[in-house]
Amino acid sequence: MTKVLAISGSLRSDSFNSKLLRNAVEFFSDDVEIEILDGLKDIPPYDEDDDGDGAPEAVHALRAAFAGADAVFISTPEYNSSVPGQLKNALDWVSRPLATNPLRNKPAVVVGASTGAFGAVWAQAELRKVLAAIGARVVEAEVAVGHAPTRFDEDGTLVDEDLREQLGEVVEALVSAVAERQELARTAA
Amino acid sequence: MSATQTKVPAGTWNLDPVHSAVGFEVDYLAGTFRGQFRDVQAELGIADSGARIEGSAEVGSVDVKDENLAAHLQSPDFFDAERFPTLRFVAEEIDLDGESVAVPGEITIKGVTKPVEVTGTLSEPITDAYGNERLGLKLSARVDRTDFGVDWNTPLPTGNPALANDVTIVAELQLVKAA
Repeated sequence: MTKVLAISGSLRSDSFNSKLLRNAVEFFSDDVEIEILDGLKDIPPYDEDDDGDGAPEAVHALRAAFAGADAVFISTPEYNSSVPGQLKNALDWVSRPLATNPLRNKPAVVVGASTGAFGAVWAQAELRKVLAAIGARVVEAEVAVGHAPTRFDEDGTLVDEDLREQLGEVVEALVSAVAERQELARTAA
Repeated sequence: MSATQTKVPAGTWNLDPVHSAVGFEVDYLAGTFRGQFRDVQAELGIADSGARIEGSAEVGSVDVKDENLAAHLQSPDFFDAERFPTLRFVAEEIDLDGESVAVPGEITIKGVTKPVEVTGTLSEPITDAYGNERLGLKLSARVDRTDFGVDWNTPLPTGNPALANDVTIVAELQLVKAA
């Protein structure tokens, strides 16, 4: 069964990006297992001195979650025109050592929500750059949920039909990228 | 085939990979960056009807001075070794003019095949210490990497790109005549 690791880059309990992520999850078919990453707040700042076999338990769990997934779906907020520190920090841990990190060649897609007009587009662009530098197979697709407080109902459902359609397309693109990679592995075997 | 090509005996000439080098040169930052591929293959076939060469290089064998850079070059950002593990070159008609070589061929990078004009030099065959007939073939070609979907770049503080689009592919081959 295909497994997707879903990550909200926001720690806030009522986060718009966590809501966006939960909406995205509903677009995956039942044969895709979704693991929503929690514990982002427990990841300490990256320190090479702490890395290796003695890395913190939260980091081991983080790396295992990435290693066990066939793809990664991230919804990111935008802090000061860029990626939130806690999300970037987690990816920095995952990326080491670079040549063998579990994100290499793994399909990854980025969406985002912000309270402003632009829907975290700069953070999304920077996050795609970061993921590509780590070696991920970044899916070229975007959903930018601007004016986020107006886009969700009281239950957290994304109510904008255009955005819902885009979200469905992004999910489809990610699933296709996974299928292509799995087919490649079958062919090579 | 031109008359001068008859100086190379007909037959199959196989690559001596240990004494050959296939790599690339590209302007990056303030100078030229070079990389090589350790795992390469090539075969030169010469018959009365003409000459043909084909070669390949495995992206996973890219050799640069930093393993993290090698990993980046193999990633989807650059060559995408997982999906496109092999670079290929083939030329069906090799045109020789004295020691110079002009080879119109096709090169495949990242799954994209484009025509390319390769030029270079061919050495006179020699007999080596083990009695093998051996010749040297130096080839180079200039390609625009973005034509092949190798688009990565990053801006310098001036806004100019750090990495040039034009890349020179260089092959210095020693070929040994098959018995």
